[in-house]
Amino acid sequence: MAKETTDNQNVIDQPEVLKPRMVTIEIAGKKVEVPEGITVIKAMWYAGQEVVRGVGCLGGFCGACATYYRTKDDPKVRTCLACQTAVQDGMSFTMMPPFPARKATYDIQKLQDPKQDLFSLYPEAPLCRNCNACTEACPQQIDVREGVWKAVFGDFKSVSEMFMDCVMCGMCTPVCIADIAPNLVALYVSRAQGAHFTEKPKGLDTRIKEIQDGRFNDEWKRILKMNEKELADHCAMVK
Amino acid sequence: MDIHALQQIVHKTRDDRRKQTIPKFSPADRDQLIHKYHPDFRSSAYRPIRFGPNEGDKTVVELATLLEGDSSIQDNTDLAPHYSCDVLVIGGGGAGCAAALHAHGSGANTILATKLRLGDSNSVMAQGGMQISVAPEDSPVTHFIDTLKGGHMQNDHALLKVMVEDGPSIAKWLLELGVLFDRQADGNLHVKKGGGSSKPRLLTCSDYTGLEIMRVLKDEVINQKIQLLEFAAAIELLSDDNGACSGAIFKDLDNQRTVVVAAKSVILATGGIGRLHIQGFPTSNHYGATGDGLCLAYRMGAKLAHIDTFQYHPSGAVYPEQLIGALVTEGIRSEGGQLVNAKGERFVNELDTRDVVSSSIIRECEEGRGIRTMSGRVGVWLDTPLLDAEHGPGTVEKHFPAMMLQFERFGIDISKDPVLIYPTLHYQNGGVKIDTNSETNVKNLFVAGEASGGLHGRNRLMGNSLLDLMVFGKRSGLTAAGRAASMKQGTLTLKHLQKFRAVAKKHGSPSGVISPMILPAYTRKVG
Repeated sequence: MAKETTDNQNVIDQPEVLKPRMVTIEIAGKKVEVPEGITVIKAMWYAGQEVVRGVGCLGGFCGACATYYRTKDDPKVRTCLACQTAVQDGMSFTMMPPFPARKATYDIQKLQDPKQDLFSLYPEAPLCRNCNACTEACPQQIDVREGVWKAVFGDFKSVSEMFMDCVMCGMCTPVCIADIAPNLVALYVSRAQGAHFTEKPKGLDTRIKEIQDGRFNDEWKRILKMNEKELADHCAMVK
Repeated sequence: MDIHALQQIVHKTRDDRRKQTIPKFSPADRDQLIHKYHPDFRSSAYRPIRFGPNEGDKTVVELATLLEGDSSIQDNTDLAPHYSCDVLVIGGGGAGCAAALHAHGSGANTILATKLRLGDSNSVMAQGGMQISVAPEDSPVTHFIDTLKGGHMQNDHALLKVMVEDGPSIAKWLLELGVLFDRQADGNLHVKKGGGSSKPRLLTCSDYTGLEIMRVLKDEVINQKIQLLEFAAAIELLSDDNGACSGAIFKDLDNQRTVVVAAKSVILATGGIGRLHIQGFPTSNHYGATGDGLCLAYRMGAKLAHIDTFQYHPSGAVYPEQLIGALVTEGIRSEGGQLVNAKGERFVNELDTRDVVSSSIIRECEEGRGIRTMSGRVGVWLDTPLLDAEHGPGTVEKHFPAMMLQFERFGIDISKDPVLIYPTLHYQNGGVKIDTNSETNVKNLFVAGEASGGLHGRNRLMGNSLLDLMVFGKRSGLTAAGRAASMKQGTLTLKHLQKFRAVAKKHGSPSGVISPMILPAYTRKVG
């Protein structure tokens, strides 16, 4: 690691970093003391828990660490990703267990009418009762309810854009009173959008054909027979 | 001082810096800088491996210890298989999914085993994009040259050539599966310029490229009904009487039972080693990045390449504490984000290769021009608000929604305030040596993705990792599947392990270390 800087002018000395205060939190109903401000997942490690299920990328992308939490004296149960949320005094949390949502299976390339197929693959999708619980449960701040409606109305493009942030944590699913798994619906819709309703890039086909036709063969030959020095000199010329 | 007070110098110097151009280092200056400051050249962190296929080669102490480690499997373990298949893929990230899909697609009976969930990997976090030469002014040859330069000319030419040439057809495959790459107005694929590249070549899905690809591949693995063994950690490989690979032994992490899988071929797609925290570095890697595949392959006699070189991503977060080690995507620098020291000065061309940029950040910090947090970490500023100043308000939010959200959760608006960063352990440049079919020197043992070595030389170029996963995942899957029909399942023995143990014994006192590590020991010992 880097040595200390010599210039004490350039030091961040915010007190919460200076000396972590211990706070009392509840993990799955059990009270423990942990340093304030560490992430929820680190708090579990600090409390001595072995965590196998419920940890993945530790970077906020994989959705493995979906967690329910409540802050002191607030009745509202919220959702978060455990690797991306700091603990505070009086917080109470528990990880979401794997939820048995039904995923439809399909051959994305062979779909004949993807917008209509949505209703056979996910017949529950149009049964949304507008309670908005899914949107409130989303730790990625996606307007999930709106997304489900757009999917049902065939606006696949908007859904694919809205759900680009979706980490598939699945926290929208247990709260749905119509038994919709919005993240799985959106995944189907996004894939269908990509595979069926997006223009094929012409330049890509051109490049694939060029490679097949050997357009670069002469250049390859020239480069691959160069000795080390010639190759280094050639590389140095490419800016 | 308050962090906002220290940030003022970045705001104050922004206009002057915008006009400034910083040339890239000459080859001689670049070598000098790297030798002095890059962690790969800190000799006290290295030692020779005492025995095995790479005996005498130097690597970091943490890895050498694991490679020499003993197996948890006893010689008399019951090897009656619980499962049998043509192709056993170990690892559920990008390379594993690509391998399983291609093997299954060619008719092979395929099992995908992974120690966490399907998809839990570094792949899902890849933000910068995927290098594929699709632009008319670009070519696979130029991609080859750029990668070679980035890799200090040490890349395996044959591997590199197939990667750059297979690239465009990989893009087509992903598009057909429904991956939503960013487009230009004319419908062609949008390309961005990445660090160390001479041409814009990065295909992106905003700053969620890895996530988008993995969402689709995971979904496809499930749709294809490929058999999954989740929470199954590989703890030993199996060999037949001729030393070829014939299966693997797993530990079911839910119930600690041993599971034996017989396979005609095994594809290791187990990823990198960030969670070994070599040299004490924080890491951007996922929870399971403990180099398991390296240990398994090494005990089997597979040779490793470039195992002494690691990539430290220039921009790992240093502040707030909760995000230490997390990546601030290179895309920010691709779009003009500047690195600024405590004096408000730029000190490197931000689009130079990762090893050069990381080395110069370490130089600034070691020479007293860094900013220190009270937990003792040091960093320099990444001027993120510059992007809004340069390309119009809302640019950061629009182009880097994942980054915005990550910092917003801790009350930091990166479109208004610069971010404090320091290099973070990001990637294992080397790995198990493979040929162009992704096979190792051990027959029927394939390695794909970050666990493999040779392709990237001594420094992987940004954006080449996602392509590596897809190309060599595909090649390993197709080759293994192609072989299955004409071969018999090999016998299941632990002869390679007995041999390894005998050699270890000859080299003196065992360390008592058991490998692979499986998961890092983060749980605090309480009481």
